[in-house]
Amino acid sequence: MEILGLFNYWVFVLLLMTGLFAIIHKSNLIKKLIGLSIFQSAVFLFYVTLDKIDEGTAPIIRDTDLVDQIYANPLPQVLILTAIVVGIATTALALAVIVRIKEEYGTIEESEMRELDRYLS
Amino acid sequence: MTLVFGTFLLSMMVLVAIAIVREHNLFVAVMLSAIFSLLMATNLFLLDAADVALTEAAIGAGISTVLALGALALTAEAEQRHRPKYRWLSIAIMVLALVALLYSTQDNPRIGDPEAPVHQHVAPWYLEQTPILIDIPNVVTAVLGSFRGYDTFGEVLVILTAGIGVLFLLSAGRNDLLPNPRRIPDNTIRLRQHTIPHVIGKLLAPFIILFGLYVQFHGEYGPGGGFQAGALIAAGVILYGLVEGERPSLALVPPNLLYGLSLGGVLLYGGVGIASMLLGGNFLDYSVLMTDPIAGQHWGLLLIELGVGMTVTGVLLSIYHAFAARDPH
Repeated sequence: MEILGLFNYWVFVLLLMTGLFAIIHKSNLIKKLIGLSIFQSAVFLFYVTLDKIDEGTAPIIRDTDLVDQIYANPLPQVLILTAIVVGIATTALALAVIVRIKEEYGTIEESEMRELDRYLS
Repeated sequence: MTLVFGTFLLSMMVLVAIAIVREHNLFVAVMLSAIFSLLMATNLFLLDAADVALTEAAIGAGISTVLALGALALTAEAEQRHRPKYRWLSIAIMVLALVALLYSTQDNPRIGDPEAPVHQHVAPWYLEQTPILIDIPNVVTAVLGSFRGYDTFGEVLVILTAGIGVLFLLSAGRNDLLPNPRRIPDNTIRLRQHTIPHVIGKLLAPFIILFGLYVQFHGEYGPGGGFQAGALIAAGVILYGLVEGERPSLALVPPNLLYGLSLGGVLLYGGVGIASMLLGGNFLDYSVLMTDPIAGQHWGLLLIELGVGMTVTGVLLSIYHAFAARDPH
């Protein structure tokens, strides 16, 4: 089981690269955005993986007399908790921009937009 | 057992992520990303991050799916197949970065290693001092609201700014940011024709909102707080809107109330900070709010969590209505 001690990091790397692949390779803007959110989720997974501690539990101290109880690290959790909510707000902003792009260009494919730009200029 | 379960869930996540990237139907891709978020939430829970898991489940699987579907309805259902230039170049870059990153993970501490650097620095101090200085069980809420109150105030401002941005972008060509509920034609798409989703959705919505309020006011004692509560309450009202249509949903929570919630939450948060300055403390130092410093911390946390909850509810609902109100041409 020792070999699985780094498994979370491998998954983090694989998810990060899957997301990045969608961002640089896909032409559809919504697909790019989904790729960006996979990328973002990978970073969340990495941070939260750091908080885990053997024999630990969630950092909610119900009974201060339990001195032997080990708690997970609360700091990465706080960072990621707010990051998730800020992430959805910025994703919504990006979606709104994509909706306006569709209305002005008639497409959300980057390759077609580039052709339109070339044609217009 | 937990290790086996976690390994299984993480492998599923990689498979789902690859399926999302390969899928050409955007509707399917969005649905798969909801599954991805649910798997992520379960994983976060296994990693002892109960607060984060609750947030991811409410936001990732709930609200972001609805928003993405709203955007799909206004743009395109399917991705166009094309053969990009430099295809092999991007794959080569991916593989190179993958190998480099995988190589670098060797130096990371094993998961759960108590000797890892992250567990040595300030984290033990927070775990030790929270029962003494703030006296609430949930250390995550204590760090979020009190020790790192500045950061959280910044995050709330970011959310408000994003909400304002979406409202301005999507109200282009109209006179009002969100439409007056009385002027919405009562023929929007809804689930009334589908009996089972209609009945179940209507039954569930009040309980989701009630659970949101519980999470809001119980956040100091269990997993939860303003961010999760705001997302849950917004999800409940969005469910009502999906089932009953835009008009009753906007009549229930009118636009002016949404603006009031979004701005009032930030003002409440900042107001608590100013009040603590006027009483002789630092910005967002709640100890001076009451004669007993611990009671002051409790009141301060309750108020700023309420502010966070108000802003998150207001902004997420405004964003949803802004997408729903945009006329698909």
